[in-house]
Amino acid sequence: MDTFAQLVILTFAAGTPLVFAALGELVVEKAGVLNLGVEGMMLTGAVASFIVTADTHSPWLGVGAGALGGAALSLVFAVLALTLLANQVATGLALSLFGVGLSAFVGRGYISVVIEGIKPLSIPGLSDAAIVGRLLFGHNPMVYLSLALFVAVQWFLHRTRSGLLLRAVGESPASAHAIGHRVIALRYAAVLFGGACAGLGGAYMAVAYTPSWTEGMTAGRGWIALALVVFATWKPWRVLAGAYLFGGVTLAQFQAQAAGVAIPSQLLAMLPYVATVVVLAIISRDATTIRLNAPASLGKPFHPE
Amino acid sequence: MSRTTRRMTLATMAACALALALPASAQDKGALKICFVYVSPISDAGWTHQHDIARIQMEKKLAGKVTTKYVENVPEGADAERVIRDLAQSGCKLIFTTSFGYMNPTLKVAKQFPNVDFEHATGYKTAKNVGIYNARFYEGRYLAGIVAGKMTRTNIAGYVAAFPIPEVVMGIDAFTRGMRSVNPKAVVKVVWTSSWFDPGRESEAANTLVAQGADVLTHHTDSTAVVQAAEAKHVYAVAYHSDMSKYGPDAQIIAVTHVWDSYYTHVAQTVLDGTWKPDHVWGGIKDGMIRMGPFGKAVPQDVRDLERKAEAEIAAGKLNPFTGPMKDNQGKLRLTAGQTITDDALSKMNYYVEGVEGTLPSGG
Repeated sequence: MDTFAQLVILTFAAGTPLVFAALGELVVEKAGVLNLGVEGMMLTGAVASFIVTADTHSPWLGVGAGALGGAALSLVFAVLALTLLANQVATGLALSLFGVGLSAFVGRGYISVVIEGIKPLSIPGLSDAAIVGRLLFGHNPMVYLSLALFVAVQWFLHRTRSGLLLRAVGESPASAHAIGHRVIALRYAAVLFGGACAGLGGAYMAVAYTPSWTEGMTAGRGWIALALVVFATWKPWRVLAGAYLFGGVTLAQFQAQAAGVAIPSQLLAMLPYVATVVVLAIISRDATTIRLNAPASLGKPFHPE
Repeated sequence: MSRTTRRMTLATMAACALALALPASAQDKGALKICFVYVSPISDAGWTHQHDIARIQMEKKLAGKVTTKYVENVPEGADAERVIRDLAQSGCKLIFTTSFGYMNPTLKVAKQFPNVDFEHATGYKTAKNVGIYNARFYEGRYLAGIVAGKMTRTNIAGYVAAFPIPEVVMGIDAFTRGMRSVNPKAVVKVVWTSSWFDPGRESEAANTLVAQGADVLTHHTDSTAVVQAAEAKHVYAVAYHSDMSKYGPDAQIIAVTHVWDSYYTHVAQTVLDGTWKPDHVWGGIKDGMIRMGPFGKAVPQDVRDLERKAEAEIAAGKLNPFTGPMKDNQGKLRLTAGQTITDDALSKMNYYVEGVEGTLPSGG
């Protein structure tokens, strides 16, 4: 049972960067904006959080800096795509390229630095007691933060007036504008929120998951987060499930390899991608639901007359 | 997708670095100009880092006689050819290309610049002005295995590896044979990450191995994540490429490090003397191309002595990690008693030896 608890904890740990980044992107896309710059924003968040942690010795300050770093990069996107109406796909791709290069440049003096990262919770009597205690209290604090983010996003989108408005902007910005709402301002807010979340995902990698900075350390997780949002048909809980499924299958295939299962490792390496896509495609196979959930104006520029 | 985009950025950055480096080329007319092409950023540990340490050492040893220049982060393929050609045009007389994938670009440029000497690391094709060099990393792996075999309590070692190519497989096999030479009960579990560099996955793989009972970890990947994971999980680690004790002060029991500086100095000297010839060098412990890193605090003296003794025997040519009898892990006899593996068989190694768990993914 000990192994089981450890596996669950590892699965949550592996899925968490995706949870942060994908929830942020979900909100952005719900507002009708497609920002493909997630990978770049994650790396910017990672490098910002690492530098601040290394200089101040406070990982939580670093996490804040990570969110700010991601948001700052997303502001570039917002100005180009929302104010100057540049093509969103091209701008987002450029943002990813830019973020990879920028983070490598800014972080070049920090590659060798060792930091004290955020450690998993350890509450005497709870985290180490029975299996339930370990499952509830044995995670990294940032895992709880990502779960809180999930609750907040779910509640905001479906239980608040502003959430309704945000979705309306994603469906029909012209109507929202006609009844007097500030479409561009709302989209700006959504893009900045998405950037901050991607930054948090990167910060989690740099100061909690593998406390270190190396160029390109997110290794494509930003792109997986983007795909996750689409396959989860823009539903927060499916994003969550998809992220943990991806993390879990990644670990399971490592388990299988370590246990000496005679399946080619190249095949096993595909498994997380295949399993996530297949499972999410099956649970959201209803075409009507997809149409209902997909923001109708996704990726279309809007200019208030 | 991510790979392509990263490559594109790297290419742009490499081009910028090159543009910045060029104006300096007119200086030091008398000195031999030696240039290096690196596949990744120099960073703080890893493959390229070790080459760069050697470059600096060589410059010091031959002070006044040579100047050096390098271009880092050059993707293998078309970009490499352009970078190598630019270097040759800018007056480099000796060029080291330090990654396997530079083989064909190096040969192509070498044909166009017969007056420039080239040295290509880890390749297998030579030419009139192209020599190749590599190190017998497996000797270091075997020695690390001895230490690991003595330090393990669970008799299980975990090995995080990138791709099942002979270079990596011979490392796994040598490590396993080293472990079992002192601890016949030891087994090695291997996990493939299908990526040379992904700290997240490497750390996940390391944690998985610990969960399955491994209490010594090692890696054939480019980041420091495995050593860090070992430190966090309070198990031992054998670092590869560089000394990583900074990342795992309690975890690292030994490191297998690459040392190129005496080779680089030697080659530069022969070019200065006009005696350079394209050679095929595959050096090991004896040639000083591999050095065993510092022992960890936890390693007792008798284990250190054991390792030092084996190291001396390898250097003296009395011990070879692959001397029969040797069976693969399916029970097939690969070497009969007393028989030593040939270099050719070594460079095509595509089986696990006895003691490695699981089956080797094909494609090596």
